[in-house]
Amino acid sequence: MALNIDLEVCTGCGACVAVCPFCALTQRASDGKVEVNEACTACGACVEVCPVGALSLAAAPAAPAAAAPGEFRGLWVVAEQRGGRLQEVAFELLGKGRELADQLGVSLGAVLLGHGVGDCVAPLFEHGADRVYVVDHPALETYTSEPYAEAMSELIRRHKPEIVLAGATSIGRGFIARVAIQVNAGLTADCTELAVEPESRQLLQTRPAFGGNIMATILCPNHRPQMATVRPKVFARPAPEAGRTGERMDETVELKAPVVRVLETVNAMQNEVNVAGAEFIVTGGRGVGGAENFKLLADLADALGGAAVGASRAAVDAGWISSFHQVGQTGKTVRPKIYIACGVSGQIQHLVGMSSSDTIIAINKDPDAPIFDVADIGIVGDLFEVVPELIKALRQ
Amino acid sequence: MHIVVCVKQVPNTTQVRIHPETNTLVRDGVESVMNPFDENALEMALQLKEKHPGTKVTALTMGPAQAAAVLKEAVGRGADEVMLLCDKAFAGSDTWATSYALSRAIGTLEPKPDLVLFGKQAIDGDTAQVGPGVADWLGLPCITYAFGIEIAGGQAVVQRAFEDGYERMEVALPCALTVLKEANVPRMASLRGKMAAKKLEIAPVTAEQIGADPARIGLTASPTRVVKIFSPPPKTGGVKWQGEEPAAMARRLVEALRERQVI
Repeated sequence: MALNIDLEVCTGCGACVAVCPFCALTQRASDGKVEVNEACTACGACVEVCPVGALSLAAAPAAPAAAAPGEFRGLWVVAEQRGGRLQEVAFELLGKGRELADQLGVSLGAVLLGHGVGDCVAPLFEHGADRVYVVDHPALETYTSEPYAEAMSELIRRHKPEIVLAGATSIGRGFIARVAIQVNAGLTADCTELAVEPESRQLLQTRPAFGGNIMATILCPNHRPQMATVRPKVFARPAPEAGRTGERMDETVELKAPVVRVLETVNAMQNEVNVAGAEFIVTGGRGVGGAENFKLLADLADALGGAAVGASRAAVDAGWISSFHQVGQTGKTVRPKIYIACGVSGQIQHLVGMSSSDTIIAINKDPDAPIFDVADIGIVGDLFEVVPELIKALRQ
Repeated sequence: MHIVVCVKQVPNTTQVRIHPETNTLVRDGVESVMNPFDENALEMALQLKEKHPGTKVTALTMGPAQAAAVLKEAVGRGADEVMLLCDKAFAGSDTWATSYALSRAIGTLEPKPDLVLFGKQAIDGDTAQVGPGVADWLGLPCITYAFGIEIAGGQAVVQRAFEDGYERMEVALPCALTVLKEANVPRMASLRGKMAAKKLEIAPVTAEQIGADPARIGLTASPTRVVKIFSPPPKTGGVKWQGEEPAAMARRLVEALRERQVI
């Protein structure tokens, strides 16, 4: 698609300029009429708001197919493991993948890359995989992006899946972008919704952009596989089916020795609960006011029986707490049973990371803070008065 | 040493708002800035330049003509050279096509870069895909989520973050990194730098000048298509308690949570 502007019709009202998410429209200095620049993605947001119908989208030839889409069948998920432990996101992807594979009437494959990771195979079957493709190679023992990408690309060329899903984690994001280049495929980052159209076999990939201010639905018309990453905790983990099994495919892939050498691995959260998988999270924002006051939130976390302490971007940017604790668009996505936001205003970039929590509680002095719009229970009050009382009440 | 830093001009998304009545994006008065993570990548390059005399830092961006502003900002802070990739032929490029275009541009730079730096992700698209993509086109190793680097004897030792910790890794140059906020505190432009930036005339570089294959750039070469843009559904909150004693509200909350059997 390409954007056409009928300058005869354009009145120079500027309505389109204000809604363009990509800053692609500008008004000419001479007469105020609209011009489009290179940032246009032909998303059509402007077409809808033009009061005089001066804007239209013309079909542009779609990118030529790298391979015949019809030759590609099946849905794969990357079964991410670290140190031989499957990561939660692998199970979450299997849950969603199962649903989509059933709608397409295809098998669900899980790709397991590593060295000596055979114990990971059975849980993948129990969580919905029909096939597990295992590449066991010394070059894959510790994650580095080059051999992981090489192995994944080779499997895709060999078996031609139509959809590949990976976790939008430090590992997943790192190597899957290389795979997209190597196999000439489209890749959509950080999807929060995935659906398929069974007839066209298109994957509808919906994701937040602009710090969560808008949502975009993205397709991959001609290229296969259609690839997407999904953040941890966006989809629910399915219940395992004990004893369920499938076909294990041991794949031999020639890999070069890793060019990046891991010298040392340090776990920075040994004495803390990681927000990423926590059932209870107590989060502090700008209203916490300083690093020392996070102690109060840690006490509340403790009173809840070992909750994780989270932080908004404002608190992390202020240097009060490390970014490992950050929740939001540029931090982690979380889905705890209880999320207690203390002194968090609730900027959209924070909300996209926590709004699917089961129960959200907000404590804030400002009754108009946007956090109250997503809270199940909102308490208008000073966190320094409310939180100590809350700790007391919990300990009773 | 030659360090190339890829930077992107983005709208400051923290200022973007959704209009409460029309439920559309309000971008009026939102300034364009250098992507914050790219500021950290640039700062990493400038600190390496201070440690390793004779280092040249080149800032590269792709975008419309006004994106020259972020290159001027880079020069103001200490970048030595800049390149503005600007051509209608690049319009609508997704991360696949953008990675290709940037890799071609880097391929024309002299001398060949030892280090190519990116911010972890851009705050408008949030994909984190272009850095590793460019590295792949260039055939370079890439370490993502980097927050520290030491260079000696043609080797780089890089600290790279995971969700719950970090790794120290060693790699031979040339290589690519994507850089986190934790890496450093970006400097402001110096007065001298600002003067140099003001005088600087930046000529746009076209697709033809970097020898880009027309079949690999722009919207038509992009595997992905945005088919719909919409505002997230408006949120509706639950109950709000106010005007009571903190202790009373705290007790009510604990009762409510116990009732729901979540604690």
